[in-house]
This record gives sequence, C-alpha cells and structure tokens, in this order.
Amino acid sequence: MPTIVVDVMPKAELLDPQGKAVAGALARTGHTAFSGVRIGKRFELTIDGPVDDALRANVQQIAEEILSNQVIEDVVGIHYEVTNAELAEEAAHAGSTTADGFGAPAGETH
Amino acid sequence: MRIGVITFPGSLDDRDAQRAVRLAGGEPVALWHGSHDLEGVDALILPGGFSYGDYLRAGAIASLSPIMTEVVAAANAGMPVLGICNGFQMLTEAGLLEGGLIRNDHGSFICRDQVLTVENDSTAWTAEFDAGQQITIPLKNGEGGFIAAGDTLDRLEGEGRVVFRYVDVNPNGSLRDIAGISNERGNVVGLMPHPEHAVEPGFGPDTAAAMRSGVDGLGFFTSVVKRALVEA
Repeated sequence: MPTIVVDVMPKAELLDPQGKAVAGALARTGHTAFSGVRIGKRFELTIDGPVDDALRANVQQIAEEILSNQVIEDVVGIHYEVTNAELAEEAAHAGSTTADGFGAPAGETH
Repeated sequence: MRIGVITFPGSLDDRDAQRAVRLAGGEPVALWHGSHDLEGVDALILPGGFSYGDYLRAGAIASLSPIMTEVVAAANAGMPVLGICNGFQMLTEAGLLEGGLIRNDHGSFICRDQVLTVENDSTAWTAEFDAGQQITIPLKNGEGGFIAAGDTLDRLEGEGRVVFRYVDVNPNGSLRDIAGISNERGNVVGLMPHPEHAVEPGFGPDTAAAMRSGVDGLGFFTSVVKRALVEA
C-alpha cells in the first residue's frame, strides 16, 4: 500500500520560534556545532488504490491548499513511498522480464 | 439586530461574545459549525478559543467546517463578520482576510491588557470609535504574530485596512505592530485581542478610574448594532 509523504516547512524568511527554542536548548546542552534549527511538518497519507496522474494532481492540490498555508509555509517535498516488496509484486503482475524490474527507487521524489 | 456567534469544537469565548452582543443591545444567536444554516442573522462573530486544538494550523480545520461555506458567501455579500483571535485565524485560513498568524516570536503564550490604536473608524465593527482613539482590551494568544508579504502589508496600509495597531508593546512579533485588519469592503474585520472581555464594568481591564472597569470592547458590538438601526 503506497504511502505519500508531504513535507511542509515554515517559509525560510520567517522566524521559526519553535526551531529557535530547540537551537537554544542544543546550545545550552553543549551541542555547539549547530547554528540553526527549523521545524516543519511531515504528513503521511496512505491510499488503497493505485497512484495515477489524477491522484498525483489531487495530492498536489491538498498539499498546497489544506496541508500547508502558502502565506506562511512552503510544501518542500511530495514523495511516493513504495516498499520493495510492493515493487516486486507490481513487477510480477506486470509480467516484467527486465533485469532492472526492481530498480525503481523506493521513495520516488517529485 | 440578530448576531450569530458560531461555536466550533474547541471554541472558548462563544458565550462571552453572545453576552457582549446582548450588552450592546443586539440579539445573540448561537450557531453550530456543523450546520449549513445561518438562521437569518444580520451579522456573524467567529469567537476565540482553540478549535480542533490548533491541530494542523490554528483555525485551519475550523475554516473547512460546513458552515464556513455560508460564512464566506455571506461575507462576500457584505454581511458584517468579526473574527476574534481564533476567529481571526479562521478568517485568514478561509481566505476572507489576507496574511496569516504564526507562533508568537518570543515562543510563549501571552495574556495582558493591551492598548490598541483604532486606525480605521469606518469599518462595520469600528464606527463607534474615532480614528486615532486608543482602547484597552485583553489579549491572550500563543499564535498571534501577524505576517504577510511586504507588498501585501503596503497595500493593507495604503487602503486603510490596518484597523488596529498595538501601542507601547508588540506582544507577539506582529509585523508593523498590526493587531487587526479588514477586507476591502470593511465588513469583515479580524483581530487577535478580545473586545468581548471588556464590555461590562467589574469584568474588564483596569482603568485609571477603577479596577476592572474598562469597557472599551463594547464599541465593536454597538457599532454593528447601531449601523443596523440606521439602515432599518
């Protein structure tokens, strides 16, 4: 069952008070190598059906209109994660005979 | 004048807003987020609180409520709509007001009696004030930092749509000290501070005259009630 991962971050030019607080805690505990921390959100959407163009368009839309607020945030990534077992199954169903049938990377990025 | 106050899951100040409407001479009408019925009200208030526990973003899930379809239509048709705190966040999420609200720059929740300047006295909710007048009403939020792109801020200022500005203290890092704004038409107003908590002597902010005697918030509600009387 494919999992769709949507990553959302506060806009780069905005102050991120949460990240700032974590950066302060890191510095206080002696982890001085880190000059900044920013905190975003990761959404994992699971679906039962196939990933097709209509679904990709739908994911793009909800990522921009619901999962993020474009005034204050950016969608920084949409990934379709498929396990190797699922890829193998898909390849078998497709009757794939190519040697690189398993070659599609898990975590295809768009 | 029937003024609807919408209760969302996690609204906290809906009863206070209803009481403020009553004290201003209006008739409060309790409305429910899950309905599609505005029950024929003449104006709407989206109250403060923590709808859906601020999940996703403050006001985001509430802005997708069934009743918001009717709220957006009514606002676009000119009905006076006031968003207070979480209600302001909902109005930005619903696209009825520009900009957005982010976590306070200092990272902490803040609760204080806040001085504001009324910059625009021609909106549906500020007609009882004078431009430049200073009022004191409570402020209580964790995500009250108003932000928008620079050109949006310039446009809001240029069109007189910055309705309230923080005085003395900027409590949350809001850009240009903006506490509240309106839409182009001036019927939709949103602000972070809480006028409904400063409407009755004994329960408002302290004033020079007496403790807790501040009723500067009442003007929001009398503005819209009196406007209705003039129009009737």
